[in-house]
Amino acid sequence: MNAPLRRAGVVILVLFALLFANLNWVQAYKADDYRTSDYNGRVQVAEYEIPRGVIEAGGQPLAESKATDGTLKYLRVYPDKQLYAPVIGYKPVSGAEVGIERSENEFLSGASDKLFADRISAMFTGDEPGGGNVVLSIIPKAQETAWKQLTNNERGAKKGSAVAIDPRTGAIQAMVSMPSYDPNPLVSHDPKVAAAAYKELNADKDKPLLNRATQETYPPGSTMKVIISAAALKNGFTQSTEIQAGSEYVAPGSGAPIHNAEAETCPGARVTLKEALTDSCNTGFARLGVQLGGDKVKKEAQAWGFEQEDLTIGNLKDGGLPITPSHTGDIQNPDGSTDQAGLAQSSIGQKDVRMTTVQGALMAATVANGGRQMRPYLVKQELSPDRRAIYNANPEVLRTPINSQVAGDLREMMVSVVENGTGRRAQINGFQVGGKTGTAQNAEGADPHGWFVGFAFNDKGEPVSAVCVMLENVSGGHASAEAARISGLIMKAAAGGGGD
Amino acid sequence: MPRVPGTKTRRNSELVLLLLAMAIVAIFGATAEANQLDKITSTFWVQAALLGVLFLALHVVVRFTAPYADPVLIPTVALINGLGVGFLRRMDIERAIARKEPIPGMFAGTGGRQLMWTLFALILAAVLLLVIRDHKVVSRYAYTLGLVGIVLVMIPAVLPPSISEVNGARLWIKLGAFSIQPGEFAKLALVSFFAYYLVRKREVLSLASRRFLGIDFPRGRDLGPVVTVWLLSLLVLVFEKDLGTALLYFGLFVVTLYVATERASWLIIGLLMFFGGVYVAYLLGASVGGPFANFYDRASVWLDPFAPKFYNREFGGSYQLVQGLLGLGTGGLFGSGAGAGSPWLVPEVRTDFIFAGLGEEIGLFGLSALLVCYLLIVERGLRAALGVRDSFGKLVAGGLAFTLGLQVFVILGGITGLIPLTGQTTPFLSAGGSSLMANWLLIAMLLRISDAARGPVTGGPAAQAGPKQPPAQLHGAMTEVIKP
Repeated sequence: MNAPLRRAGVVILVLFALLFANLNWVQAYKADDYRTSDYNGRVQVAEYEIPRGVIEAGGQPLAESKATDGTLKYLRVYPDKQLYAPVIGYKPVSGAEVGIERSENEFLSGASDKLFADRISAMFTGDEPGGGNVVLSIIPKAQETAWKQLTNNERGAKKGSAVAIDPRTGAIQAMVSMPSYDPNPLVSHDPKVAAAAYKELNADKDKPLLNRATQETYPPGSTMKVIISAAALKNGFTQSTEIQAGSEYVAPGSGAPIHNAEAETCPGARVTLKEALTDSCNTGFARLGVQLGGDKVKKEAQAWGFEQEDLTIGNLKDGGLPITPSHTGDIQNPDGSTDQAGLAQSSIGQKDVRMTTVQGALMAATVANGGRQMRPYLVKQELSPDRRAIYNANPEVLRTPINSQVAGDLREMMVSVVENGTGRRAQINGFQVGGKTGTAQNAEGADPHGWFVGFAFNDKGEPVSAVCVMLENVSGGHASAEAARISGLIMKAAAGGGGD
Repeated sequence: MPRVPGTKTRRNSELVLLLLAMAIVAIFGATAEANQLDKITSTFWVQAALLGVLFLALHVVVRFTAPYADPVLIPTVALINGLGVGFLRRMDIERAIARKEPIPGMFAGTGGRQLMWTLFALILAAVLLLVIRDHKVVSRYAYTLGLVGIVLVMIPAVLPPSISEVNGARLWIKLGAFSIQPGEFAKLALVSFFAYYLVRKREVLSLASRRFLGIDFPRGRDLGPVVTVWLLSLLVLVFEKDLGTALLYFGLFVVTLYVATERASWLIIGLLMFFGGVYVAYLLGASVGGPFANFYDRASVWLDPFAPKFYNREFGGSYQLVQGLLGLGTGGLFGSGAGAGSPWLVPEVRTDFIFAGLGEEIGLFGLSALLVCYLLIVERGLRAALGVRDSFGKLVAGGLAFTLGLQVFVILGGITGLIPLTGQTTPFLSAGGSSLMANWLLIAMLLRISDAARGPVTGGPAAQAGPKQPPAQLHGAMTEVIKP
């Protein structure tokens, strides 16, 4: 019986060799895959071994890591709760990060190549390694003003957004979306708390998790007239060129007449371009758009940033909050010819034209900066754990839709809007303010959206802030006037003139 | 058996190896404490010392009752057993930290319980060595043991699932806080029965045959016992929902049959029948479902554990398997070090998945060493089988050693994704009294037989054949009468 016993021993040897080979497969060959697998909870534990960097603005922390005595050693804390949530987002224990927490994740977590030298030196000095810090361009005073004024708006609007930009650099000064959310429960170390908080926010029909400033588009209404004016100025018109107006306009091949918002708006047959913008003359701009033609209108909008699919606001080098593209629609009949009635509607920001709040602010900033549209950004600086600057935002021109002469004309016309026209409530002491209001019909029977895009020059003649405020479905009228009032206050705060 | 001067007992080698094993266990405990508590407590050595005292007691018993027993068996098993207790204590400390409780005492928690089970297991092993002075005595009770074995195998299958089912496999008897796995003991009884039965029948089974394709095949009427055991193991597969246990019993029988008859045809028939049966069960599970569905599920999960539909399934999914693999992968070549990993992320890490938990911390190198330890135990058992002079002893030792090796293969293969996962315990390592006691009894039996194998010849008909007897003579012998 010894021969089969020996063979049984060989069988066991073979079985153990199989085990050994398979262990090599699991622990050596596949080790990296398994170590970094999404299913591997150790990744989280390791991620929370070192403190994630601080996100700050104006010297105050907006997101920081507090030491805990749990398995995950640091808890992410957002001291201002909903105020900055649409911008910085949050970093949940499991699942994807959102906002700046997402786009700057590598740097904040300390895994970025930019922090390689710091990790090496921490190894030798014995210092606790940490994540890098991110400094935002947000001006807290402007952000607070925007949030306070938006949430306490005089028209009782429940939803809306506001963006303020420094026209000279593209630095975002404020970005607010209403309603917002408290990110703290979402980053709870208790998965039940986090899941319940997410479920509730996600089910909310007002969509508080949506950043309305960057992700949502709306019909821009009369703010579109800035772009139509620019197209006209490029095509031989001047501020004082008289255009055809009147109380009613029927576009070629269409039965639905276009009226003005109020009977007293440009009833005369002819008004100057400047007067038409000042009073927001619908009939005049609808005719002007049709006169210019569909292609010119679409091209002009594109020149200002419409249709750009890949714009992000964050770090100028890479990544950030993705900006939903603004659209003009194709303004065509099914046979490919220009839809004249649609073009007339599109020229006053209706029909299929859709715009983000960010795009509105960029429009005003472009005019204020003499025609150069600066690439918007949120990340001003990246600092190493010991607060050495690793990255400084270096402003860059994104596009130049108009030359300085057209920009000068538009500036004068928009200042006229605020000083003599529909945007009077945007005026602020000590600044020259220009802008354009917009009241946009959006759905049958729904209250219109109120818009204001504008800019402010200080007494030295510098463009200190450009802004766009958007209020959804404002009942009882005066929607754009309220947006203009809030815009003025945000710009005043951004310019250092104090809030409220 | 009295000691004979001039023949080496190697008991002192055993003692030295045992002390070495306990030193490793103490170092494991100290490292775990250093990593978990950031300090080494003044009592880190107590656990290893207590275990050492227990194993030394067995060592003393062996000195008196089986002086010529294999000196490698006890230290190797003691090392695995000690690492198991150490790992369980490390898990207790982990839990206490998470719950902000004081560090548990030596006798608290699963680690403390495992220490107590080790005590009971060693008492049983010592009693076996004291009572059974000659392994051939066991053959007197072979039919009783056979019946007991079958009853133990079948109990969980006939009990309601609420009593017998844990994690989908029905291998248990749960009585309140207390639960035992009767199958662990069944394998001991069944090996003894098979060995006796085959010694009696080996002549008929090995000689009467028909030649086909150059291989001797048994006559149809002699297939009875194989078919019976085959059906039994497939019933286990279907009703206890456990492929590993079925494979264990069937493999055990086929191998003892092969060793007894020296007929490769039995191996071929056995393997074809088993894997054919498993494949049919898989197909039936896919098409018919019912009692076969569980096995089909397990096999599908095994084929693609990372598929989200299996991973996210609440019951019977691949979550546990995947977490075990991730733990092993994270451990990598060298492991995180004792106490520095996150084995609590793996469900059942104290019992079925202890190998994955330990693997995260001791790495591929540590696990390879552990595999070698198991291999050493199995091969030492087979060596005892080779050396012992009587057929019954050969079959018992060979069967037990092979079963142990097969069990290690089944559970470790399951955890590492080599074969479908089954609910076996890892011998000597997993938390649980049944497994520990049954496997220590197995070791005691191997000690007893190795003592007979290595000791001087003291007389008796079986011994007269002489230790260097060539296999051919044994083979040609007439049906043997076992004389204790």
